[in-house]
Amino acid sequence: MNEPKPGVMILGGRSDIGLAAAHAFARAGHPVMLAAREAQSLAADCQDISLRYGAGAQAVEFDVLASSALPEFAGAGEAPPGIVVCVVGLMGDQRESELDPAAAARVMRSNFEGPALILGLYAERMAALGRGTIVGVSSVAGDRGRASNYVYGAAKAGFTAFLSGLRNRLARQGVQVITVKPGFVATRMTEGLDLPRALTAAPEEVAEAILHAVERGRDVVYVRPVWRMIMAIIRILPERLFKKTSL
Amino acid sequence: MGMQEISGWGRFPRRFARVAAPHGEAALRAAAGGGGAVARGNGRAYGDSAIGSAATIEMRRFNRILAFDSSSGRLVAEAGVLLSDIIDVFLPRGWFPYVTPGTKFVTLGGAIAADAHGKNHHCEGSFGAFVDWIDVLGADGSVTRASPASNSRLFEWTLGGMGLTGIILRAAIRLRPVESAWISQKTLPAANLDAALAAFETAREATYSAAWIDCLASGDSLGRSLLMLGEHARAADLPPAQRAAPLQAPLRRKRRVLWNAPSALLNRCTVKAFNALYWRQGLRRAGESLVDWDSFFYPLDAVLGWNRIYGRRGFVQFQCVLPTQSARAGLVALLSETSAAGQGSFLAVLKQFGRGRGGLSFPMPGYTLALDFPATVRALALLDRLDAITLEHGGRFYLAKDARMAAASLHRSDPRAARFQAMRRKEGLDTAFASAQSERLLL
Repeated sequence: MNEPKPGVMILGGRSDIGLAAAHAFARAGHPVMLAAREAQSLAADCQDISLRYGAGAQAVEFDVLASSALPEFAGAGEAPPGIVVCVVGLMGDQRESELDPAAAARVMRSNFEGPALILGLYAERMAALGRGTIVGVSSVAGDRGRASNYVYGAAKAGFTAFLSGLRNRLARQGVQVITVKPGFVATRMTEGLDLPRALTAAPEEVAEAILHAVERGRDVVYVRPVWRMIMAIIRILPERLFKKTSL
Repeated sequence: MGMQEISGWGRFPRRFARVAAPHGEAALRAAAGGGGAVARGNGRAYGDSAIGSAATIEMRRFNRILAFDSSSGRLVAEAGVLLSDIIDVFLPRGWFPYVTPGTKFVTLGGAIAADAHGKNHHCEGSFGAFVDWIDVLGADGSVTRASPASNSRLFEWTLGGMGLTGIILRAAIRLRPVESAWISQKTLPAANLDAALAAFETAREATYSAAWIDCLASGDSLGRSLLMLGEHARAADLPPAQRAAPLQAPLRRKRRVLWNAPSALLNRCTVKAFNALYWRQGLRRAGESLVDWDSFFYPLDAVLGWNRIYGRRGFVQFQCVLPTQSARAGLVALLSETSAAGQGSFLAVLKQFGRGRGGLSFPMPGYTLALDFPATVRALALLDRLDAITLEHGGRFYLAKDARMAAASLHRSDPRAARFQAMRRKEGLDTAFASAQSERLLL
C-alpha cells in the first residue's frame, strides 16, 4: 500500500487554472480542496473530480480580500494542508486602474495583498511543522512593469518578491516554495484577447507544470520555457530604450 | 463571442462563424439566445453539421461527470464529456461504452446528436439504444428532460437530430460491464464482395463486425475485404501476463500529423499500392489474435490530426446505408463507379446494420459503406454520382459525414426529413437552431 498523498488546498479553486490544477492533483492521487467564493456552486465540480479519480474533493468558502478572516481560514484543521496552491488573481482593466483608485486597489489587493497574507499564514504553520509545499501562481507581467498592464504587473511583482523571500526564509526549514509564471493562458480572464498561439498555454498545461514543479521540487517555473527568454530580454533592455517601446 | 474560421473534421467546407465557448448555463442561454445556433462538441462531424448559422456554441466547458451507479453501470454526464474521458475513467473499473463510433474523441452530446453507430450495430443498435434520458435546452430557453417514456417525441427527434432540436446539456447512458481491456479479434479475408457479404451473414452472432474494403479493386476482386470480428475477452481467456491486470492495456504510442500533406501524395497509384499492401498484410494476419481496446476500436486515433493527410484542401466522406434486398446490387454499382473513377480512399469501411430507430437516426437494416476522398472537383462530381446510385437502390445518408449533399437527395432518400422540417417549423426550432448543414439541406 502506498502512503496516502498529501491534501492540496487550491485557493482560487473556481478559476480555470484552479480547476485544472485540482484535476491534475486528483489524477495523481491527492485529495483536493477548492477554496472560492460561493463554494456551494462548486458541488458538481467536486463530484466530477471524485468520480473521475476516486480522490476526495471538497469545496470551502474563501474570500482572499476578507483580510480579517484569513487567520481563521489558514488556521483551520489540526494540521495545515500538505500543499497549498494559490491561483487567485484579477487582471482588471489597465485604463480603469489608471482612472479609478478603487479599481486599482482591487487589482493590487487581489494579486498581492491577499495572496501574500494567506500564504504567509500557511507558511508559518508549515514552518512550525517542518514540512509543506506552497505554490504561488504569479505572472511574467511582474518581471518588468510595462505600460499595457503595470498595475497588475506591479502587484504580481510584489507577489513574486514575496514568494522569493519566503522561499529564501523557509529553504532550511523543510518548506518548499514554488513560483509559477504562466505567461499567456487561454482562460475566462483572457477571453476575447488576441493572444499569440505559440506563447499561450492551456489551463491544463499550467496545471501539469504546477504538479511537476511540486513533484520535482522546483523553485521558479515558466510554464512555456520561451517566456523565460522573452522576459530575460525585456528585463535587460536599457530603460532609455525600454520607455519608448510598446510591449 | 468571436469570429473564427471553423470546419468539421474533414476541413471542408470552412466557414467564418461566430463561436462562443460559454461557461455555465446562463452564459449558454445568452450565447444561443439570438437564434440560428447549433452546439458543437469536439468537431468530429466531418462536414458542416456543427457550424452554426448565426452562432456556434462550443460545449467543451460542459464536461463534468455528474453521477455513476456502479451496480447498474448508469452514467450521468454533461454533454461535452469525451468518450475518451469516459473510457479513461471507467474501463479500469470494468465498464466500457455500449456503442462507440470509430473515434473516441467525440463528445457525449455529439454521439447522441448523430445517433452514432459502432461495429456492434447489427446486434445491439445505435448509441441511442443505451441513452436513458437527455436534458435539452429548447428554443424558449427552458430545459426539458426527455426519455423514451416522457417527452418521447423530443427524445426520438433529438437522437440523430444533429443538434437541431435544441442543445443537449446532459444525458444518462448505460455502460457495459467488461472483464478486460482486450478484444479477441478474428480476421477473415474475403476475396470479393459476395464472399464479404456471405461472411457478414455467417458472422451475425459476433458482437463486433466491420470490414475494410479495397475500393480500388475491380473485376473478380471487386469488393475484396478484410472482415474483422471481435468479442470482449474474458479475464480467463487472457494469457497469464495480462490476466494479472485484465483491465489495463498498454498505452499506444501517439503519432501526430503536423503538416498538411502535399496534395499530390494521395493519388490513384499510391492509394492502390497502399490498398494492395494492406490486403496482403491482412492475408498474412488472418485468424485469431488478442488486441487492446484502443487498437481495435480506434485505429486512427493513434495518429492525431490524421485529417491532415489529405492536405490543405480537406476531404469529404461519403457514407450511405443500403437496404438488405438491394445492398448487393447497390454496392456493386457504388464500388464500380469508385473504382472506375480511380478515386480510391484509404479508409473504406463496409458494415452490416441491424434494426434502425425513429427520428432522423441513420441506420436501417442492410449494409453501410463509408468512403473518403480529397475535396477535389472530380471527387465532388463522383460523390454526386454515388448519391444517385444510393437513391436508385433505396438507400440513405449519414448526416454526420455529409458536407456537400443536395437537399433534394436527402429529401428523396428519407421522407422523415420533411416531417422533421415541419416539426421544427411548428415548434419554432427552425429559427432558434440552425447549422450550415441544416440550411443547405432544408432541415
